[in-house]
Amino acid sequence: MRPSPVRLLNILVPVKRAVDYAVKIRVNPQQTGFDLNVKHSMNPFDEIAVEEAIRIRERLKDAVKSIKAVTIGPPKALDTLRTALAMGADSSIHVEIPESAPSPEPLAVAKTLQEIIKRQKDGVDLVILGKQSIDDDLGMTGQMLAGLLGWPQATFASKVDIDVAKKEAVVTREIDGGGEEIRCRLPLIVTTDLRLNEPRYASLPNIMKAKKKPVEKFSPGDLGIDYTPRFETLKVAEPPQRVGGGKVQDVDELVAKLKEAGITAA
Amino acid sequence: MLRARAVLSSRTLSRSYATASPPHALVFLEHRQGVLDSGSLSALTAAEQLGGKVTGLVVGASDHVQGVVEKAKKLKGLTSVLHSTSAQYTELLPETVSPLLEKLLSDNLFTHVVSSTSSFAKSLLPRVAAKLDAPAISDVTSVEHDSSSNSTTFTRPIYAGNAIATVRAPSSIPIKFFTVRSTAFAAAPSQDSAEADASSLEPVEVTDSPIQHISTTLTKSDRPDLGVASRVVSGGRALKNAETFASTLYPLADALGAAVGASRAAVDAGYADNSLQVGQTGKVVAPELYMAVGISGAIQHLAGMKDSKLIVAINKDPDAPIFQVADLGLVADLFEAVPELVQKIKP
Repeated sequence: MRPSPVRLLNILVPVKRAVDYAVKIRVNPQQTGFDLNVKHSMNPFDEIAVEEAIRIRERLKDAVKSIKAVTIGPPKALDTLRTALAMGADSSIHVEIPESAPSPEPLAVAKTLQEIIKRQKDGVDLVILGKQSIDDDLGMTGQMLAGLLGWPQATFASKVDIDVAKKEAVVTREIDGGGEEIRCRLPLIVTTDLRLNEPRYASLPNIMKAKKKPVEKFSPGDLGIDYTPRFETLKVAEPPQRVGGGKVQDVDELVAKLKEAGITAA
Repeated sequence: MLRARAVLSSRTLSRSYATASPPHALVFLEHRQGVLDSGSLSALTAAEQLGGKVTGLVVGASDHVQGVVEKAKKLKGLTSVLHSTSAQYTELLPETVSPLLEKLLSDNLFTHVVSSTSSFAKSLLPRVAAKLDAPAISDVTSVEHDSSSNSTTFTRPIYAGNAIATVRAPSSIPIKFFTVRSTAFAAAPSQDSAEADASSLEPVEVTDSPIQHISTTLTKSDRPDLGVASRVVSGGRALKNAETFASTLYPLADALGAAVGASRAAVDAGYADNSLQVGQTGKVVAPELYMAVGISGAIQHLAGMKDSKLIVAINKDPDAPIFQVADLGLVADLFEAVPELVQKIKP
């Protein structure tokens, strides 16, 4: 066995199966939910998270011991895990909830991840999550997990530099009005912003290989987590529709219409 | 027998509802270098709509906090102001600020914790909420509190604004954490007659913090701030490169006194800074005038601007989805139309 001066990194990447970003969602006539018979794919920010984990391994080579993807979702969420495995994750965990169950709230997801981290024999040094899922748009899971674990958090990351020897990371974050650089001690929670990287496509051979990679299954009961929503969704509705006001012929007409609306030079 | 007990217990439950204390909200008031953040003023308006007492919290280094507190005391709707200063709060980090909030909230004085949906509050509030085992909700566009049932009902956009969810936080959620979409609430005004009580709060020093601030780089601009500007001129991929983005859009923005925004495509291509991105995952704006130049109008972009009062689109492609939401659309080559527009709009 190769002697190692520092413990090797174990990375956990939570991913979510969400309605594909290009699909325009339709509210059902009862105003209780959506037509979910549409294309689903991995939440785009989570793809960036998986990609980042792989790039960290590409940069640090053997210092990364494992990349494990985890999802909480219906049976079909297995596809999302397979995508993460095909991109380059080593193994995965599927916490399977019934097809009809509502998507768990961020706090329940964070508690699940906390429990999963507790059960990892080798520990977890880095959790990389998307900054938000594009369905509920809440953007809270990473911060909640950091709170529960008492770990530092680097949200909205656009650059992550890990120093394995020092067990720390320097992260550039996107903040209102610009950027911020912080130094964080591991273990660390990172949430990804769009600019962190450009996720790769899984190649066909890798997709085939991913089918053989391990998927550990849990039920919510196994982990002792209650997924009953604490918020009650009373209604979902279509937003008020905007009607385009038509087109103008040329710049003169545009200027005239703007003046009519009270818009003139400042 | 069993049934009788169930009835009995539900009665005691409803009685405790009836005697529920009125709401008392804690609003996290943000400031940058001593200037109160306008998003926080909208959060204050939302907190006031709960119908109870509202306490503001100002955290920072000592050289800024006193000035902010003086301004905060004059804000309409604020009952009292708490402030806490420490060298550790010079650069706000969730890891060092959350212990202060946890301590403050552990006394159960507050029923709601409110902030704007700023990048710092988005990092801080969920962390604190999780430690108190409370779920949280973000980017709400309306708030209504029912004191008799001690529940609060919110609306918020989901799926990139393609649906509006109405969500109730029942009494079983002890402290209701929410962030506020600032474009949905007017900023709380200052009034000379107002004088909220101010008191200081001991900082909770975090020893051996696992996180250190290295540097902050803010994009400097003389133009209005994108989040609060009454007029926004935004550019997309069709602007070709950073130079033409600047040379085409900036004169128009300056002529109108507008802030500059950008689509994701323009930001990704490096034409404009990240912080200027308008959309689902960038800034959400709702100005009087939104001028979309060379932007096709993807779902994710519309999510950030479709509540603007007047939307103007300039695009070469007559079928671009942006024309479906634009009040005024001009099908033209932007490199000809925009300079002409700048010329003709000037008095």
